[in-house]
Amino acid sequence: MTDSLLSLVTFIPTLGAVILAIFLRGSNAAAQRNAKWVALVTTVVTFLVSLFILAEFDPQNTGFQFVEERDWVLGLKYRLGVDGISVLFVMLTTFMMPLVIWASWDVSKRVKEYMIAFLLLETLMLGVFMALDLVLFYLFFEAGLIPMFLIIGIWGGANRIYASFKFFLYTFLGSVLMLVAMVGMYVDAGTTCIAACGEATSLMTHSFASESFDILGIHVVGGMQTLLFLAFFASFAVKMPMWPVHTWLPDAHVQAPTAGSVVLAAILLKMGGYGFLRFSLPMFPIGSDVLTPLILWMSAIAIVYTSLVALVQEDMKKLIAYSSVAHMGYVTMGIFAANQQGIDGAIFQMISHGFISGALFLCVGVIYDRMHTREIDAYGGLVNRMPAYALIFMFFTMANVGLPGTSGFVGEFLTLMGIFQVNTWVAAIATSGVIFSAAYALWLYRRVVMGDLIKESLKTISDMSGRERAIFAPLVVMTLLLGVYPSLVLDIIGPSVEALIQNYELALAEAPSAATAAVQSH
Amino acid sequence: MIQADLNIILPEILLAVYAMGALLFAVYTGKDRLAPLLTWVTAAVFVVLGLWVATGSGDHIAFNGMFNDDGYSRFAKVAILFSSAAVLVMGQDYMSRRDMLRFEYPMLMALAAVGMMVMVSAGDLMALYLGLELQSLALYVIASLRRDSVKSTEAGLKYFVLGSLSSGLLLFGSSLVYGFSGTTQFAGIIEAAGHGHTSLGLLFGLVLVISGLAFKISAVPFHMWTPDVYEGAPTPVTAFFATAPKVAATVLFARVLHDAFGGVVADWQQVVAVLSLLSMFLGAVAAIGQRDIKRLMAYSSIAHMGYAMMGLAAGTAFGVQALLIYMVIYVTMNIGTFSFILMMEKDGQPVTDINALNMYAKREPGKALAMLVLLFSLAGVPPMVGFFGKFYVLQAAYEAGLIWLAALGVVASVIGAFYYLRIVYYMYFGDEAEEGLDKAGTPVLWVLLMASAAIIGLAWLPGINLLGVEAWAEAAAAALVN
Repeated sequence: MTDSLLSLVTFIPTLGAVILAIFLRGSNAAAQRNAKWVALVTTVVTFLVSLFILAEFDPQNTGFQFVEERDWVLGLKYRLGVDGISVLFVMLTTFMMPLVIWASWDVSKRVKEYMIAFLLLETLMLGVFMALDLVLFYLFFEAGLIPMFLIIGIWGGANRIYASFKFFLYTFLGSVLMLVAMVGMYVDAGTTCIAACGEATSLMTHSFASESFDILGIHVVGGMQTLLFLAFFASFAVKMPMWPVHTWLPDAHVQAPTAGSVVLAAILLKMGGYGFLRFSLPMFPIGSDVLTPLILWMSAIAIVYTSLVALVQEDMKKLIAYSSVAHMGYVTMGIFAANQQGIDGAIFQMISHGFISGALFLCVGVIYDRMHTREIDAYGGLVNRMPAYALIFMFFTMANVGLPGTSGFVGEFLTLMGIFQVNTWVAAIATSGVIFSAAYALWLYRRVVMGDLIKESLKTISDMSGRERAIFAPLVVMTLLLGVYPSLVLDIIGPSVEALIQNYELALAEAPSAATAAVQSH
Repeated sequence: MIQADLNIILPEILLAVYAMGALLFAVYTGKDRLAPLLTWVTAAVFVVLGLWVATGSGDHIAFNGMFNDDGYSRFAKVAILFSSAAVLVMGQDYMSRRDMLRFEYPMLMALAAVGMMVMVSAGDLMALYLGLELQSLALYVIASLRRDSVKSTEAGLKYFVLGSLSSGLLLFGSSLVYGFSGTTQFAGIIEAAGHGHTSLGLLFGLVLVISGLAFKISAVPFHMWTPDVYEGAPTPVTAFFATAPKVAATVLFARVLHDAFGGVVADWQQVVAVLSLLSMFLGAVAAIGQRDIKRLMAYSSIAHMGYAMMGLAAGTAFGVQALLIYMVIYVTMNIGTFSFILMMEKDGQPVTDINALNMYAKREPGKALAMLVLLFSLAGVPPMVGFFGKFYVLQAAYEAGLIWLAALGVVASVIGAFYYLRIVYYMYFGDEAEEGLDKAGTPVLWVLLMASAAIIGLAWLPGINLLGVEAWAEAAAAALVN
């Protein structure tokens, strides 16, 4: 079973989607209910099967596990595998999807297509985290745009057309540059195998040329590696998203339906960070090293700037979207600190942000479903009629701020610790972001939940239903659990991260003197 | 000797004899009443000939090198014959309901096919010109098939005048090449042109030949006729223009450049690369403003020719292989897309405004989904097969050192994605409209649309492997470039 376990997990959702597409007819209430149940059962089964991956996974083995390989088009290989870095993203995806489907229980517009889109999206997201072939990775990475484009465009809010086009074209532009770089890597290394390809050389072990050269009068330190890094960076930075290419995210988040926002925040954004860890650091160590200062400062600016922007938002979803950008700033900072705490913290932060921001978007969804507005000013004093909601919203607001005891704290703390060893100034600036995030999150909470209930329209609002409470329960549990016992995550990612850093430092130590000299000059 | 030569071009002879015989037969008997029958018979003849050509093997040269029958030409002929057959049956219902299905229509298609088959086999500038003109003359007439329509006549006339101009350029170039190399045979030209040193006259000849051929594949800056002809011609004719002749012209292009000027790749590489770059960008940018789906497809085909030429610009066997695969994928996508366009009707009248597609997905989910697949494939988004075509040409260009072309090409593809997405937007995102397009379409169109969407959407799966096209294309490219 273990030799095709990953394919099984990846394609169970597709199977569910095919079943829905072929066998479900009609659009009456019964058909809609069936579509929802099929989707829910499919995602739950996917999650349960994926637990086998976690159970069988050996954290001490820093190589790829459950590797499977088949022949594919153009002489490429279909190759899947997970290591300590990717396995938790797989788990995050399978964990979040049933909640997302369950949270969509009130969707009434074209339910069947909605569920198919989400199921296909799950397959594609899982594929991204498992792919061990460059082209296969690109295929999953890009194909995910199609269902998300449709989800925003069909089931989104009033300004959905603009948001969906912006989302698609922005990310597409980033990705095609990566495609050219991938073609270049293929031509240079003669393989598209990322790792674990048996006898053949892999991209992980191939060292790309790093001799500096001049192109159009610009001196490129780190040569080929820097250019490849930049091309990948174009894609991952947009996906993360990093300042200043983050502007698609607030639009996409605001216009997407609640479930779409949750998937976007919890999983899709993590593809960027995952990409940095899978490609940028191990494959272009010198390119990474050359551009690290740039990225660190971009992250610091992102944290402070987007936190300030979040402060003035009038739309709840937009505020949380900007807060996501700020939190992703910690992730890029941690990754490019390139030490154990930094990268551990970055991965931890991504997992934890998956739960927390997902939950926050669900919180907005709860009141949006009732009032059909996301304006902060339209609310106030909800605690009077929605005590359970107030409690849960409070919990995730605190987690978002990074209160000790929640998983948000661990991630922020580790990344800050990692970055402090590398660049004190960036660390100092980034730390101020913690204060800003407390400011906007608590202010949002005060304006929405606290105070007297004076608005007429809110007088009849009802508290969360049993289903809604049940959706939040696993998220609360995970946030607390990881907050008080972070080793759950760190033990799994630790060895792989250690190996990654060792290889990275080794590659830098072996770097040609020209590049090293340039590296040392900054 | 002549016997052996005739054997080699037997498929072309048979098709020509069939076309002329059927023409005479129809003139003296039922005339237009026979048209539906002739359409199906001609399509069947195409398919049978295609299968027959596909079974051929080896390299054969006829008429002292004027005519090549090698793996390369056979690959192109199969693609040309099959796509012509598909287009022929595709338009039958559309033409007959509008009283346009004359018996000359299938016969002209058959003659155009003969011309294209001669083109892709040409081993000599004379044979090249003969094939090209036979094909073009048939196409001029087909474009203005609808005599009572101003637009159709205009399309035919425009195509004719500009086509004659390009033929003139081609002839002028050919005569220069002949004058400076002393031969019209590709095998002779390559000896005269090879070894790094090209005389100025030969270079002029080469550039003029390239210009003439670039017109036929509608590469920028020789593209001006394309949108008008696409818009004016009856839709089934447009579908034909967008498929088989494009394959024939690109294949011929590659043959001239490699067989006759293969020794001086550096002399034409830049020219082709620039044509490719301009086509990609103009195709992407100019289509944004279009509301007419046929004009939009015209610009789309210009952009796609740009990508195909990226493979050609590489100047390697791998580049030619990429070109062939790209063309097969392109033709498959266009057959599906035009089947869809032929089904766009309101009150029995054809509609080409993309506004009319508002909420099409609600009314016809199956067709809309198929079109969605095709559109994303045209835009080059994985996992659709169109992406693999792009990947292939990018790889070829990159390997040949044309990194700038690859990088700019993908940027153009992002711009181009916008207008494909806009059709998706009309079909899926629009607001509820009380009335839209009819539920039109014949089984033939439906089958072609679904088959093309299925191939485009699924042929990349492990085990299907692009239906084996890759290996054939590799063998074909190896036959051309040694």
